[in-house]
Amino acid sequence: MTRATAEEVGHLLRELGPQVLGVLARRHADFASAEDAVQEALVAAATQWPSAGLPNNPRGWLFQVATRRLVDHTRSEVARRRRETTASELSHAERVDGDVAVAPDGDVAPEQDDTLVLLFMCCHPALTPASAIALTLRAVSGLSTAEIASAFLVPEATLAQRISRAKQTIAASATPFALPNAGERAARLRLVLHALYLTFSEGYTTSSGQSLQRTDLSSEAIRLTRTLQQLLPEDPEVGGLLALMLLTDARRAARTGEQGELIPLDEQDRSRWDPALIAEGVALVSKALSSGSIGPYQLQAAIAAVHDEAPNAAATDWPQILILYNLLRRMSDNPMVALNHAIAAAMVRGPQAGLDLLALLDTDPRIAAHYRLDAVRAHLWQMAGDTERAIQHYRAAAERTPSLPERDYLITKAAQLASERDSSPRG
Amino acid sequence: MKYLLMMNAKFGTGEWDIFKWRPEEIKAHVAYWNSLNAELRDAGELVAIEALTGPAEAKLVRAGKDGLPVTDGVFPETKEFLAGYWIVDVDSAERAYAIAAKASLAPGPGGKPMILPIEVRQVMQSPARDV
Repeated sequence: MTRATAEEVGHLLRELGPQVLGVLARRHADFASAEDAVQEALVAAATQWPSAGLPNNPRGWLFQVATRRLVDHTRSEVARRRRETTASELSHAERVDGDVAVAPDGDVAPEQDDTLVLLFMCCHPALTPASAIALTLRAVSGLSTAEIASAFLVPEATLAQRISRAKQTIAASATPFALPNAGERAARLRLVLHALYLTFSEGYTTSSGQSLQRTDLSSEAIRLTRTLQQLLPEDPEVGGLLALMLLTDARRAARTGEQGELIPLDEQDRSRWDPALIAEGVALVSKALSSGSIGPYQLQAAIAAVHDEAPNAAATDWPQILILYNLLRRMSDNPMVALNHAIAAAMVRGPQAGLDLLALLDTDPRIAAHYRLDAVRAHLWQMAGDTERAIQHYRAAAERTPSLPERDYLITKAAQLASERDSSPRG
Repeated sequence: MKYLLMMNAKFGTGEWDIFKWRPEEIKAHVAYWNSLNAELRDAGELVAIEALTGPAEAKLVRAGKDGLPVTDGVFPETKEFLAGYWIVDVDSAERAYAIAAKASLAPGPGGKPMILPIEVRQVMQSPARDV
């Protein structure tokens, strides 16, 4: 027995939980029950280890306890179906596992692939992205339901239900708990990358001064993507996504002011960007791009790298960014890409070139009424020197954005332009 | 005891009132909310807080004959709209009123307190277990 504080136990359990789940789910082919059993084993460990000390083989202990819970559940489920459940069986199923005979470590050695299997499982095509992310954070990250709930600012009971429904959906989908076959693998990997990207974005767009006590989703997404990249080092899109996250996260300290207000890229204090993250991101994206198989995440990372490597906003290599957006547009029909492409065109060829491209988006129902179209249009009219139109579109964007920091940024831009207009001599 | 504090904002002629403010007035206004919210959070009194998007896309929805949604709106002539709300957990109604008064003092044009009307309503408790 080794002594350990509750905090040390917490760290250890976060590391071991997903490993044990990977092995158990692979052996029993029932992801939902395995997940429940592992959660119960983790609770038992978190309760007992800080006072009783660590067992000699913590992973083996968890595996044994979780297996027993799984067997108990199966047994009690069978019993329930036979309507033979007795009080003694129930108390047996709920007894506290004090001392457990521990199997040799080799018996439950984690396989690297288990993390990959868990990621593939949690990002199941039958799930919505929100459910897939919640399940991934619980099963692969080992975050508690309360921590995930705090990250998404929803009540814990709601999040618990979301996870529970996700597990039922997977169970009902009748897909065996295994790596998808070669044909499905690429498609499933895209879902995994998309879920990780959304997790990162959720954390990044909400990381303002007011929300410090929230679970840091961006860091968690980076940690998971780093693990995935170690498992699949030759996949250029995995490397591209990790690079994109690092190159974006590098600017985190500079992107909000003291009151949590947004600071746009061209006004950020670049000395506050993280040079180590930039160096790592640039190295990753360079390696990925040299593989010859170019994908959207690599291109977005390459664009982020061009911004990050510019010593100041005026020195930004916009022609290079425009080339990268041209490539990205050929790969992706995403209207947000088209918006950014218009900005790059405006920076290279002047605001009218950008405005002409935006006009093409007015007929795209996916974005015609989106506040981002107004925000970009406002920016380009401002570049073109048409203050009235710029104010009008900044205000239209402010009315529609669901993001409070963005709303404040947009009304402030409009107010600044109106204030300059009113104080400058007319004529 | 839990209280819901609702803040209404003027919509007026179809433009938000805040659109007519100067940049430094907007900044002081936002800083005031940040500071009040931090105070409530630090005091352990804040249960929930939400700011709502503007009324531009607001709809009234009723079920039609087939149970499917029938939407009504937008309402450009609306004079006031719900801008956001707090739910606070406090020891007394007086404390809830004090918080509402503080919110009411948020600075507006010229840095002057706006004396916003804040509607305060007590949240119903869960029923007792043994009735």
